This record gives sequence, structure tokens and C-alpha cells, in this order.
Amino acid sequence: MTNRNKLTLRFLRYRDIARLESNARVKKLLDIVIDNKIIILQGRLDSVEEASLIQSTMALIGRIKGFKGVELATIQPDKDAGFFEGMRLKMARALVGERDALTIIGPAAIVKDIKKDPSKIDLMLKR
Amino acid sequence: MMKILTKFFKSLFESIFGKKGEIKMGFYGPPNAGKTSLANRICKDWTGQEIGKVSKIPHETRNVQFKEKVEIKNKGKSLMFKLIDTPGIATKIDYEDFMKFGLSKKESQKRAKEATHGVVEAIKWLEDMQAVIIVLDASQNPYSQVNLTIIGNLVAREIPVLIVGNKIDLRKASLKKIESAFPEYDIIGISAKTGQNMGEFYESLFKLSKKI
Repeated sequence: MTNRNKLTLRFLRYRDIARLESNARVKKLLDIVIDNKIIILQGRLDSVEEASLIQSTMALIGRIKGFKGVELATIQPDKDAGFFEGMRLKMARALVGERDALTIIGPAAIVKDIKKDPSKIDLMLKR
Repeated sequence: MMKILTKFFKSLFESIFGKKGEIKMGFYGPPNAGKTSLANRICKDWTGQEIGKVSKIPHETRNVQFKEKVEIKNKGKSLMFKLIDTPGIATKIDYEDFMKFGLSKKESQKRAKEATHGVVEAIKWLEDMQAVIIVLDASQNPYSQVNLTIIGNLVAREIPVLIVGNKIDLRKASLKKIESAFPEYDIIGISAKTGQNMGEFYESLFKLSKKI
């Protein structure tokens, strides 16, 4: 039973998922979300993993009571980076992964909407 | 390695026989962006038939639907397409949202179940596409993670993409927002409902086919 007045944010460092296989990464994140927690992840999944997260989410809707899916947003701070800064970021990402990004994943039963503008994320919660 | 070899033999075959055959072109995007409306518009323009039903209720398309041998002509040239209309991709589906449109609880639950299967199917089909039209509702915020995820997957698979901002007939529509969200892509504004700008769309389609 979840406490309706309580909201739990779970911070995950990139290194917490860095060594996991793709499927295990997705499972780890979904296990937390199913537990009605909002994840704030340092870094991001790659686009294929994101698609896999969506597929796994769809497979769980209707199978887990009250689970309606997820809200998901990633913010990456290089939109306006110049050429040299952009190159530096790309090289850093190739070496250590996309740690400069920030990903928010929350259960749709709690998070009504995530509105993303290029540089900010608004999290709308259900009452 | 296999992918490179397949591509090599495919382009060798095409250079010998000078034909690309039927181009498998998918319509992707979030629910209610107008994917089926656009596919219908194209099919009606060139075959006189429609591909599927449209509705104001989200997730009307819950199965992948096809139209084969759609020949599109532009400036004396013609291309043959297999159009693949896919269910809208979403990260959440709540049957109670369908009840707000007047569906019964049972109908809504059935629709939600079919819609979840549709999303899984749509993602599975991504790798079979030769070109993709991403259909976005130009009156909505384009910075949705679903849009970024779809585009990211197409880039990873080296599938050429054309982004369409649909519903430009609406007062709220802003093509500029889509252009600033995806500055590195070709973007075209249309209205599948009124047929506005379809000529330019077909021209963009021919440019897209050159990237295959």
C-alpha cells in the first residue's frame, strides 16, 4: 500500500547502471518505477534501450494492478554548444558514457505529465 | 558486417537493374498526430482508397496497417511505395482516458489492451522500414521523449527520416517549434485534413527516397 501523501525520489548514479546489460538496465529502472518511485538518473539510456523500456512498460500495463505506464524525459546540456565544445562533449561521451544528461522516469499513476523545454523540465504530479 | 554486406549487394543489384522496387515507408509518431490521416490522404491521392479509420479518440490505429503498390508521381518521375501505418507510440496508456470519450469501461479496457500491443508492434517494425515519415501535431509541444526516442532509433539504424508537422490549419500550430527542436532534419508543414502543402510534401518524399 502506498502512502498517498508521500513522494519518493530515487537518485541513481550513472555508475549504478553502467556495467549492466541493456535488459538488466531497463528491468532495474522499471522495478523502481513499479514501486511508485520517481527516478532521477545521472546520464541516459541509449535510444534502443529507451524503445525497449517503452516496450517493457507496455507489456506490464494491465498485468500489474494500478500500473498505467511511465512518464519519461531526458535533458542534455549541449543543444547550444559551439563546435569545439560539442566535439569535446562527444569525445567525453564516447569515453565515459552520457553522464552529462539527466533522465527523469516516473510512474504515470503519480506523474501526470513531464513538460520539457530544451533547458528545463516541469514535473506535473497527480493529486 | 552482415548489415554492410547486405547493403552492398542491395546497391549492386539496384545499380545493375536500376530499380529500387517498392520502398517500405513507415508512418511513426505519437497518438493522434495524424499518421493515418496523412496515409489516407496519400492513398486517396494516388489509389483512390484509404488505408484505415481515423478518430478523435487516441489509439484508433492499434494494428500495423499496409497499402502496397502506391505509385506517386512528381515532375515526370514516379516511385512505388509500400505504406506502413503504425500505431501511435506512447509511454503510458490509461483505459480511464478512453472513458472520457464516452466508451464503456469494458470497451475502454479492451482498447487499452490492444493499444499496448500496438505500441510494441510499432517499435518491432522500426527495423523493417527503408524510410520513415515522423508525423507530429504542430499544435503540440515537440519536445516529447517519445519523439526523441523514435528519431534516435531511426538514426541508430541509418533509416532516412522526414519530419512532418501536421495540422498547420490549426491556429495554435507552430512549425518553428518543431524546427527548433529538430534543427538537423528536413521538416515540412502540412494539413492532412485540408490537403494544404501536399505538393511540397510529395517533393520532399522524392528527396527522401534518394537517401535510401
